[in-house]
Amino acid sequence: MNPERISRRLLLKCAVVAGLLAAMEALVSTSAVTSAANAGSQAVLNGDVIDLTISEHLFRLDGRAVPALAFNGTIPGPVIRLKEGQQATLRVTNRLQERSSIHWHGLLLPPNMDGVPGVSFASIEPGATFTYQFLVHQSGTYWFHSHSGGQELSGLYAPMIIDPIEPEPFRYERDYVVMLSDWSFESPETLFSNLKKQGGYYNFQKRASSEFFTDVKRMGLWPAIQNYLMWDRMRMDPTDFADVTGHTFTYLMNGLSPAGNWTGLFRPGERVRLRLINAASMTFYDVRIPGLKLTVVQADGQNVQPVVVDELRMGVAETYDVIVEPIEDRAYTIFAETMDRSGYARGTLAPRMGMSAEIPERRPRPLRTMEDMGMSRGGMKDSHRHTTMSDMDQPADMASVKDDDTYRTSQHMEHGSGTPSMQGTHEMPGIKAVVPHSSKIPGADPVKHGPDDHGPGNQMVAEYSQNRMGEPGRGLESSGRRVLLYTDLKSLAPYPDQREPEREIELHLTGQMNRYMWSFDGKKYSEAREPIRFRFGERVRLTFVNDTMMEHPLHLHGMWMYLENGVGEYLPRKHTVIVKPAERLSVAVSADAPARWAFHCHLLFHMEAGMFRVIEVSEQ
Amino acid sequence: MKGLCAHARFAASLLAVAWALLIGDGIAMTVLAAQPTSESLMTSITSTGTNTIPNRKVAVGSTASKTAATVGVSSMQEDRPSKFSPPGDWPAPVNDQAHRLFTLVDVLEYRPKTGGSQGSDDYRWDIQGWYGGDYNRLWFKSEGQRNTAFKADYDVDFQLLYGRFIQKYYDFQIGPRVETQSFRGSNVTRGLAVIGIEGLVPYNYEFESSLFIDHNGAVAARLSFNKDMLLTQRLILQTRFETNAAVQRVEEFTTGSGLNNLELGFRLRYEIRREFAPYVGFSLDRSFGETSTLVREEGGTSSQIRFVAGIRMWF
Repeated sequence: MNPERISRRLLLKCAVVAGLLAAMEALVSTSAVTSAANAGSQAVLNGDVIDLTISEHLFRLDGRAVPALAFNGTIPGPVIRLKEGQQATLRVTNRLQERSSIHWHGLLLPPNMDGVPGVSFASIEPGATFTYQFLVHQSGTYWFHSHSGGQELSGLYAPMIIDPIEPEPFRYERDYVVMLSDWSFESPETLFSNLKKQGGYYNFQKRASSEFFTDVKRMGLWPAIQNYLMWDRMRMDPTDFADVTGHTFTYLMNGLSPAGNWTGLFRPGERVRLRLINAASMTFYDVRIPGLKLTVVQADGQNVQPVVVDELRMGVAETYDVIVEPIEDRAYTIFAETMDRSGYARGTLAPRMGMSAEIPERRPRPLRTMEDMGMSRGGMKDSHRHTTMSDMDQPADMASVKDDDTYRTSQHMEHGSGTPSMQGTHEMPGIKAVVPHSSKIPGADPVKHGPDDHGPGNQMVAEYSQNRMGEPGRGLESSGRRVLLYTDLKSLAPYPDQREPEREIELHLTGQMNRYMWSFDGKKYSEAREPIRFRFGERVRLTFVNDTMMEHPLHLHGMWMYLENGVGEYLPRKHTVIVKPAERLSVAVSADAPARWAFHCHLLFHMEAGMFRVIEVSEQ
Repeated sequence: MKGLCAHARFAASLLAVAWALLIGDGIAMTVLAAQPTSESLMTSITSTGTNTIPNRKVAVGSTASKTAATVGVSSMQEDRPSKFSPPGDWPAPVNDQAHRLFTLVDVLEYRPKTGGSQGSDDYRWDIQGWYGGDYNRLWFKSEGQRNTAFKADYDVDFQLLYGRFIQKYYDFQIGPRVETQSFRGSNVTRGLAVIGIEGLVPYNYEFESSLFIDHNGAVAARLSFNKDMLLTQRLILQTRFETNAAVQRVEEFTTGSGLNNLELGFRLRYEIRREFAPYVGFSLDRSFGETSTLVREEGGTSSQIRFVAGIRMWF
């Protein structure tokens, strides 16, 4: 029995079924355009030479057919399936009127194959064919997308699977890609322009009068007024969880809307591997399958020690491979709710086609708290309190936090009390860690922000930043479900480079919501074209300090980021890491790829607004 | 007379107080430390304070971290040639300098004649917008009014300002203004210089302040605040407050010395789209002192309550 081969055959079979479904949908639809991109179908391309064409296609969604961009005529594009160790040749032809590109997200490549216009190469000119050639020396679930302007949002994204040489350390009978994305009938340029003119353009979940009266009932009149005034005084919106929302987005699973209901088949008792890929441009997803436990076996394509969870949050561009074991002969809903709760993507795992399960009720939109602003006293974990309550007990305290001498020492007492999984991963003064493989998490203790406020392009600073990897994230604290934490991620085997970073580079994540400016250290890319320099061969610590009130998925090209999450020699490696508001998070990087590499926030419009840097690894 | 003096003092101190508050918010520091950006529309102005850059560079990334090995990014960023430098014909990886055109028609309304007033139905507008990037913008503003407590007949003005985003929430603006109105049946026009600060003050009030100096050296000021209150996600109550004051009396423009007028308006709009919102509302408008005398001499009404109906839009 070769599980790997079986899984591939089944995947192909399932792809055919999905394709049939899409074809049926096309028949039902009134429009007679034949060139329509068949949403939901998952053609698989493999072999030594793979041809891809970038062109305009009609994309059909819920009865509407609109012009979109597609790889080989489908959205998402075809699954590219490679084998670890193979020499891959990918010939990409650009049939658009504009320049285009493909970036192979998460793959370690020669720099001129990385596909970032202006950093790795010029672009693929209209009508031209660019040949990507590289040796595949990794395995796992990845994806690829255009790195040119807003093209990714218009449909240029697709899954990439690399099968390992060694057998997988886990077993499964079914293998499905679950690619989450977001679609808007407005053009990327319109979305960006609207945000630039009115940062809250797409937020229709602001706090309005009815919510105020509810809050008065809950908190009492004066505390409610104080709370509203506090946010107003700071010129901040506590409901800001997504810049672009369900107001314009339709959330897709494998190119199908919730009504389209992408379906993966299983026989009861089978183990199903789901390759979850968040290919959205601007959307964080909270993914769960009511009735099933998710066993996380890979993160960003890398094997991790299995963790069983109920739900996981996926930042833009992250991937997780999970295994589920549906025992009952019934349908299960794959529910991917957006972080701001303004919508969801949905699909079904079912024993037979045409089945569906109940769609869970959407949870209420969460609220930002003092902790997200870096103004809290830290250690108090939200799991002890209701989210929306947590900011009301200290509205007038902000000034006093600064002068609180006992602040730091009292931290240690409260740490780790939030979640059981954090035990032992924290440095406790005078106490030896309980779990064998543990290390200090940089930023475990709050760090006061320096005097630099990063200039006009930055709205606020996190007075105190602190590592928050042990928190599930805003909106998931009080769910009662077991949510995947970054501190849960442990590599299956230790990676070779175990050096302690010899140098630390601190980068602040900055922004200005009113003008929709996003940057690092208060400077947009155009104001800081000089690269951040790594010395070839060094082990360097990148410390991110999030001075904004939003989560940012940071993506480094060309090298892994070893997430310093306190698991000793088992630090997991990732290509994309979420940094929570007011969080201080560190990754270690082995600077082993001399070249210029892109580093940016993977929220499409944050990147486009300037949250982008070039990192240069060179000998000197 | 004593009252007028008080008004004059009030007028002079009004802007002073407002701007001092902003200075307290760090504005002066930022003006001094303002850095040039490559995005400038008017290079002559962006040269302010280039000598302070070294000072700023030191501050980059200088958080109180306990790790001794922490290196600020800037210290790694001295300009030096690289063998990896991209060829000049490569495009920029991101387009973070795009220029945009924004026009906000905040007020465009019909004001029916109210009982007892000698005026007639009239119209009013308040439009402003900009063209530019994140830091440097060319602003344009226009207001038109007729039969208000401040202007007996019509008054139309137009401003064209250079604006620079100097501090977290504020644009500093400078440029010319043309104002025209009728006075004793004929048309009078004057040119003025404008210095202004516009932005968002704490508690989310949109704030606009301008100091005007006309060709004869007469100094006047205008201050306005407005704030949106969400009744629902689309039904929004906008409160607008505006006041004018002057140092010198300028008769042709019905401007007395001291406080000229106070106006408080409430407009309830429904955002069919974010960009398009019909509204209804009312405004309380009153002029004071010499101004009210001049307005009455011109046949105007110096204290008014007016109902309004209009459309707010932007594009």
